[in-house]
Amino acid sequence: MTQSETPPPEGGTKRRDLLTTATVTLGCAGACALAVPFLNSLKNPAATTLSDKTIEVDLSSLAPGQDMTVQWQDWPIFIQRRTPQMLAALQTPAHIATLRDANSKMLQQPKDATNWHRSVRPDYGVLVGICTHLGCVPSFEKPGSAPEAAGGYFCPCHGSNFDAAGRVAERAPAPYNLPVPPVTFLSDTKIRIGHSAGDPGFSMSDIQQI
Amino acid sequence: MPAPEKTPGWLERRLPVMSVLRREYIAFPMPRNLNALWSFGAFLMVTMAIMIASGLFLAINYTPDITQAFASVEAIDRQIPSGWFLRSLHMGGVTMLFACLYIHIARSLWYGSYKAPRELLWLTGLGMMLMVMVTAFAGYVLPWGQMSYWGATVVLNAAHTIPLIGKPVSELLLGGETLGNTALHRLFVLHFTMAFAILAVIALHVIALHVVKPNNPSGIDPVSPKQTLPFHPYYTSRDGFALCLFLMVYAGLVFFLPDLLTLADNYVQANPLVTPRDIRPEWYFAPFYAILRAVPSRLGGLLLAVGSLAVLFALPSLDRSPTRPATRRPLVRLSLPLAFLSFILLGVAGMHPPTETWLIVSRMAMAWWFIHFLVVMPLVSEREITS
Repeated sequence: MTQSETPPPEGGTKRRDLLTTATVTLGCAGACALAVPFLNSLKNPAATTLSDKTIEVDLSSLAPGQDMTVQWQDWPIFIQRRTPQMLAALQTPAHIATLRDANSKMLQQPKDATNWHRSVRPDYGVLVGICTHLGCVPSFEKPGSAPEAAGGYFCPCHGSNFDAAGRVAERAPAPYNLPVPPVTFLSDTKIRIGHSAGDPGFSMSDIQQI
Repeated sequence: MPAPEKTPGWLERRLPVMSVLRREYIAFPMPRNLNALWSFGAFLMVTMAIMIASGLFLAINYTPDITQAFASVEAIDRQIPSGWFLRSLHMGGVTMLFACLYIHIARSLWYGSYKAPRELLWLTGLGMMLMVMVTAFAGYVLPWGQMSYWGATVVLNAAHTIPLIGKPVSELLLGGETLGNTALHRLFVLHFTMAFAILAVIALHVIALHVVKPNNPSGIDPVSPKQTLPFHPYYTSRDGFALCLFLMVYAGLVFFLPDLLTLADNYVQANPLVTPRDIRPEWYFAPFYAILRAVPSRLGGLLLAVGSLAVLFALPSLDRSPTRPATRRPLVRLSLPLAFLSFILLGVAGMHPPTETWLIVSRMAMAWWFIHFLVVMPLVSEREITS
């Protein structure tokens, strides 16, 4: 307090103002510091982080045109076995023109699935079944059933539709294609989900969006 | 009924509740020309009281745990004595609460009750509407049915699109990226904490009303005692009669049509692997859901849905005209009913699958809602000739 050598009457007021400001400031700082442990307690120690867990799925019961759902990392994983008609439909120029990201430019799949059928092998498709719009689970439209005659996915929440390769329609509210998880074929009818032999460095945490 | 002045009693000297009640609820001067729309505030108070009472007794039998929540709600419906009644009362109450809230707000819009000196009355009321919405959202998750789960998932993912803060804040508040046990427990705490917080804001709202006095259909504040009537017995008996009619409708909903507004899918336990085919919001959120869906961008949809409410908050500064009721403002008299119609159309669209037709209806209705508040109101209040 260097000003104290000449204390004019208003100097007293200034000093009182300083004390008031200092008290209020310190009080606020203290209240903020006290809030830290309260907010800290909201953090969930059991919060889900991506695990390295892989699962193996037997596909021998899957007939062409059928699909099945398994669970991996708490996500529904769609596995479909495609018919030649479904594969043909994926490649028609008229269909490709209706897609937002037909060539899978967005990082939503491992390198070995960055192709026209968005899977390791054309006859099997594996997709994370979470709509990239607001996170609902789309339902499989069997080939031959409307509106996706070639088979595909339809999200009941906001009407996004995806083709059989999980590519989103240009007019749908969902911004990205359905993500493709890392998949390795162990045999003709057995796959491992969680590791990609064709793209070993791939991690689900790097993709654009689940 | 002016009571003869005598020496204040024991209670009066220590806590003057009786004289305050006499001043504010017996002798309180009310405009004598109020119409039936002025009873909806009373309906809201009574519904809130019923919600809190039934909610407390439901909470006694409810278990906030994802493995037991659904079963505990089923037990309330089937095993707890009179549990079905409490739950029906609570669920029907949400509908009555939102219906009255929307009518109450529409009445304020029509008669210009948001204008000086009643801006704080308007803002506390709107703040309370937001709190009721948060409470209703949290409460709807509690039964842990399919609609609870997927409705909340959609809202959560919409919140995640807010840049920078969306994801970290919602993860901190709900304890994880997806809905789980932690989230359910916290939404349960949020649900009844908000309910009591609403009580506090009701107090502010009513105190503000008693300071600025009620608006009336003419929009001109009464100046002489001849233009007013004491609250009791005139408005106590009238509100009492209106309440009887209101409770008859409410009872009809509770006893005869308990399933009218509930969705069958919510009687299926939440399943994170399957989204129900026909996902629909509750009717009171349908207008905002329709906006969310009508905009191709996620963040855009969220911003416009929030913006549709934000324009109401901004209304006292958008509408600078001193003339209160729409009945005296020829252009507002045309534009405002169209805005009401837009809100209803958005609600209807939100309840339907997102086909091309309904998307167009939602977009047009949404456009008019914003045009009315952001363009018509500021322009008209500068140029209009009022009657």
